[in-house]
Amino acid sequence: MTCEELLTALNEVIDDASALALYREFAEHLTGCNPCQLVVDNIRHTIRLYQAGEPYPMPAAFQDRFHDSLKAKWKAKFPDAVV
Amino acid sequence: MTPEPHPPGDSADDLPLLRRAQAGDYAAFEALVGRLQARVYGVAYRIVGQSQDAEDVVQQTFLSVIEHLETFRGESAVATWVLRIATNFALKVLRKRRGLPTVSLDAEDTLAGVPHPQYVARWSEPPEALLERAELREQLDRAVAELDDRHRVVFVLRDIEGLSTRDTAEAVGISEANVKIRLLRARLQLRERLTREFGDDTTRVFPDHAHTSEGES
Repeated sequence: MTCEELLTALNEVIDDASALALYREFAEHLTGCNPCQLVVDNIRHTIRLYQAGEPYPMPAAFQDRFHDSLKAKWKAKFPDAVV
Repeated sequence: MTPEPHPPGDSADDLPLLRRAQAGDYAAFEALVGRLQARVYGVAYRIVGQSQDAEDVVQQTFLSVIEHLETFRGESAVATWVLRIATNFALKVLRKRRGLPTVSLDAEDTLAGVPHPQYVARWSEPPEALLERAELREQLDRAVAELDDRHRVVFVLRDIEGLSTRDTAEAVGISEANVKIRLLRARLQLRERLTREFGDDTTRVFPDHAHTSEGES
């Protein structure tokens, strides 16, 4: 396997731990190619940072307007509903 | 293997709330909104890039959920269904902003010309340490905002929200193969950008085969 081939198959390496077992070539390449191993590690770190981020807070000023619109829509759909 | 960003599927509480909402229980619907609104806002904000449009997307999304409550049949997780609706509205915002038809967002990407890693180095700190930095969110937001719209949408849905390749493909209206290519491009671009910020220059390596030659191992 070449570095080029590994590059195009990176998603499988990143997304599926079993890919390393399924595709021994990946593992062999990574073992012998420090740059590719670093690239895979870098991408894993990148994804980890984005996944660990706190959610964006919805602006407080928007909340009232938002919930008023939901209630109005709900009443139109369920005229007998208590909201 | 990268960790799941959210619990697999979605929380077991979402479906009972949705079922009660389908029967006309507004309190259940509000509870469901409370559980999902931050994720919907996050997806919308990351795709459209500013709060006013993101608010509009959130509002349109949940109004649409009310409108189509009875159409949810449980084939996907509730959160996935709602995020698909949100993505659709966010993409409409992008298309309207561009004043263009859907072509540029729907076009097939190819692997040709996928950028090869240029700056390759070990990061100076592990992600857990970087997460303590106050300025990290701004750095991450800047990097993701620099992605092409097509690639950013896929990265947000797959890697941040944890949608499957199939659900992402359905949400964006592209093939699963295209999702994989766009995700690869997004990941490579973000890796390059963040490694230039967080990489330890003393560990930088220069691939002598330029990641292209045959027979290297």
